[in-house]
Amino acid sequence: MSETMNTDDAVVLAPARSAFDQDWRKIVNWGLICALALIFVSLTDMPDKLDKRVIVEPLLSMGYLSLIWIPIALGNFVTREVVLEGMAQHKKGLRELVAGVSVGAIGGAGLALLIWLLDTRDLSDPLVNWNDALLEVLSFGEGVGYGAIFWILASAGLGLAGGALHLLPAIANRLLFAISLTIVLSASLESALDDISEGFQLEWLFEALFEKKGGLSVQGAIILAVFAIAWVLFLGGQAKRGRAAVAARRELSPTKVNTVGLVLIAVAAVVLPMFLGRLTNDLLTNVGLFLLLALGLNIVVGLAGILDLGYVAFYAVGGYTAAIMTSPTSPGLSPELPWWVAIFVVVFMAIVAGLFIGAPVIRMRGDYLAIVTLGFGEIIRLTVRSDWASGFTGGAQGILSIPGADIVGIATVKGTDPQQVLYLVIGFVAIAIYVSWRLENSRIGRAWMAVREDESVAEAMGINTVNSKLQAFVVGAILASFSGAIFAAKVGSVFESSFKILVSIVILVIVIVGGMGRIAGVAAGALVLVGILGGPNQPGLLAEFSEFKLLIYGALLIWMMLKRPEGLIPNVRRSRELHQDEFLQDAWLKAQADDDDDEAVSGEAAPA
Amino acid sequence: MSEVVDSSTPLLEFRGINTHYGAVHILKEVDLAIYPGELVCLLGGNASGKSTTLKTLLGMVTPTTGEVVLDGEVVNDKPTSYRVERGVTMVPENRRLFKRLTVKENLELGAYLRNDDGVESDLERIYEMFPRVKERLNQKSGTLSGGEQQMVAVGRALMANPRVLLMDEPSMGLAPALVQTNFELIQQIHEEGVAIFMVEQNANMALSIADRGWVLQSGRVVLDDTAEALLANPELRASYLGDGNR
Ligand SMILES: Nc1ncnc2c1ncn2[C@@H]1O[C@H](COP(=O)(O)OP(=O)(O)OP(=O)(O)O)[C@@H](O)[C@H]1O
Ligand SMILES: [Mg+2]
Repeated sequence: MSETMNTDDAVVLAPARSAFDQDWRKIVNWGLICALALIFVSLTDMPDKLDKRVIVEPLLSMGYLSLIWIPIALGNFVTREVVLEGMAQHKKGLRELVAGVSVGAIGGAGLALLIWLLDTRDLSDPLVNWNDALLEVLSFGEGVGYGAIFWILASAGLGLAGGALHLLPAIANRLLFAISLTIVLSASLESALDDISEGFQLEWLFEALFEKKGGLSVQGAIILAVFAIAWVLFLGGQAKRGRAAVAARRELSPTKVNTVGLVLIAVAAVVLPMFLGRLTNDLLTNVGLFLLLALGLNIVVGLAGILDLGYVAFYAVGGYTAAIMTSPTSPGLSPELPWWVAIFVVVFMAIVAGLFIGAPVIRMRGDYLAIVTLGFGEIIRLTVRSDWASGFTGGAQGILSIPGADIVGIATVKGTDPQQVLYLVIGFVAIAIYVSWRLENSRIGRAWMAVREDESVAEAMGINTVNSKLQAFVVGAILASFSGAIFAAKVGSVFESSFKILVSIVILVIVIVGGMGRIAGVAAGALVLVGILGGPNQPGLLAEFSEFKLLIYGALLIWMMLKRPEGLIPNVRRSRELHQDEFLQDAWLKAQADDDDDEAVSGEAAPA
Repeated sequence: MSEVVDSSTPLLEFRGINTHYGAVHILKEVDLAIYPGELVCLLGGNASGKSTTLKTLLGMVTPTTGEVVLDGEVVNDKPTSYRVERGVTMVPENRRLFKRLTVKENLELGAYLRNDDGVESDLERIYEMFPRVKERLNQKSGTLSGGEQQMVAVGRALMANPRVLLMDEPSMGLAPALVQTNFELIQQIHEEGVAIFMVEQNANMALSIADRGWVLQSGRVVLDDTAEALLANPELRASYLGDGNR
């Protein structure tokens, strides 16, 4: 929103266009999109269900936020222009406001129509949320007419605000954006902040910001806004300068800066869990378990280019092997090994499973491989559940009373103590990150990339393509099995229902949203998706959102694919790859020019 | 590239090779021999089986009958890597760089099977040979111009420290001016002692630098002679050399 406005003094602005010099067709299009988005969100029942999650008491809840951002954003987008070098730019003025208002009003009218229909028709058969409760929320219990008029006016006003953002100078846009982000993010993180503030003895700060019954207080929101403003105006600049300094130093000694960063992260990983409460520790444990899985899948998909949709199979193998090996009540085999011994069996089983699934599918390509792995993922789960295997796996009853993780007899990590489990997870994540990093920059990593790029040429270079793909598959399997083994020790029981296809999909989404092949990106993806929204069976910070988790995952995935295919934290190489068209075009043009040069030169030389 | 040249046994040899794709018979009773340090070429029309010959030599396609012989050893059931390790390297048709990897990474992949310590000095040698390539080490190879890609493709193959270079239509898709340069480059590599087995459509130019040549027609060797003899062959002149153009 902030980048659209270009108030650089250097740019000569043409005078503002008249308010009615509009592309009306575009306005109607955006208005209809706005209406559809409002109706869609209403019918998902977000406004009602999320109303309980307050952002600023008593002004704003997540429920209303799910509606009001739409007219603001669309009212702004409608007059957004891509400004390229050398293009004439007009001063912003009434025209932007009129467009914003119109989009908002059309959207509001759509919502008004929905309110009227809610009152007069009953479409509750296909649309499960079509009920009086929704009508009640949308019309504030004041009747259809009130609700309809309110939303037309409110939405028009919000659209106007969206359009008005164009008129504000860039810095104001940045401030507004920072304020909204800070407030919404703080409200989202409420329970984690509660937990953390307790650990750091900062309850007073938490109480100053949040209401007792949940949500920021007005006073808290103002404090945060002031903080955000200060950040943008003062600290933000300094942080940027600091980063630039680090980057400049990096040129000189990359290892030094990296080492400093690594040490800082390591210290944080050791110290932080002590200050965190149960809830945050537990949440971070879930993030860590998924990060472990995502790092493994990142090797398989991101580096070796094998689209494995049945990755959950290896998570299940890890979980079940650890359960069978350690639980005293495991139905068939029950060796009751200590966990750290069992982990060797887990690795062994992961290798066996990796080879067993990998060997037949690895020769297939692309979509065939994806579909077959999808099948294998389910086959493993259904086998675990089957009568045939239930003698060992407990079938639908699962395996219970798994003791915690015994670490070389030194300490026992109890599944019930989230802090201990978090340390265990951090340890394994550190191993996984180290392994990923080493592999990526190794001979085998290069072979993986070659196979990903062009299998038959890789073969011609002497790379054993089948072996190297199998290796990627097995490494991925081992990392996933670690995650499964820790999961079993943490929860104390395993059931086949924890290993459904959805898990594979969530892991894949983390990898894609994070940016394939990028370790830091994958970590960010796990944090955002699992930490805030929640994993397939694990609640995140926004517990109220769990019903809409998949919807948001999907929306996020589509948006990422369209707008940021390089992931949350792009790496330079990937982003160049993905925006390759432009590069190729450039290169083609350049090549043409070069060839002409060559020809000119040799043309002169030839007759001589 | 400092192997002792023993020119009495062929470096690479086909003995009565038949190759099938499924039920389709491609190569039919092909006999070939490439001696160390030679520059030879394989001519033939489209779909006559030229690329298949190269793939069979390198082990990417397994012949149904007959023997592929490397240094006197039958290598039919040895994998590609075995042959690459012993100095057989291919520059594939259309160059086929790893487009999304950098130039440097492409070159390093050429030396994938090597663990001697000549890799670094060979890299330097390639930079010397192609100063253009050195300037673009960190550029994605897919964004290079066609001529530059050819340099990287040849450089990548040389990084394997080959004794024989199998080149599949090296001048395909190059501007006419570059074709000449490219043949000069091939000659230069040859002079350094690397045997070259070249598949070419550009028969005239190929034969003018080659020692010997074969002509393949629907998978069968129909002519096998010295380059001069082939250049003078009226049949060949009529069908491949576009007689009258010279
Ligand atoms: N993998 C494959 N599967 C089935 N048929 C193939 C395969 N590869 C090549 N062929 C067929 O084998 C025949 C010979 O192919 P080859 O690539 O060797 O021809 P070529 O002489 O190199 O032709 P060109 O000059 O066009 O490159 C062609 O008819 C081709 O369609
Ligand atoms: Mg060919």
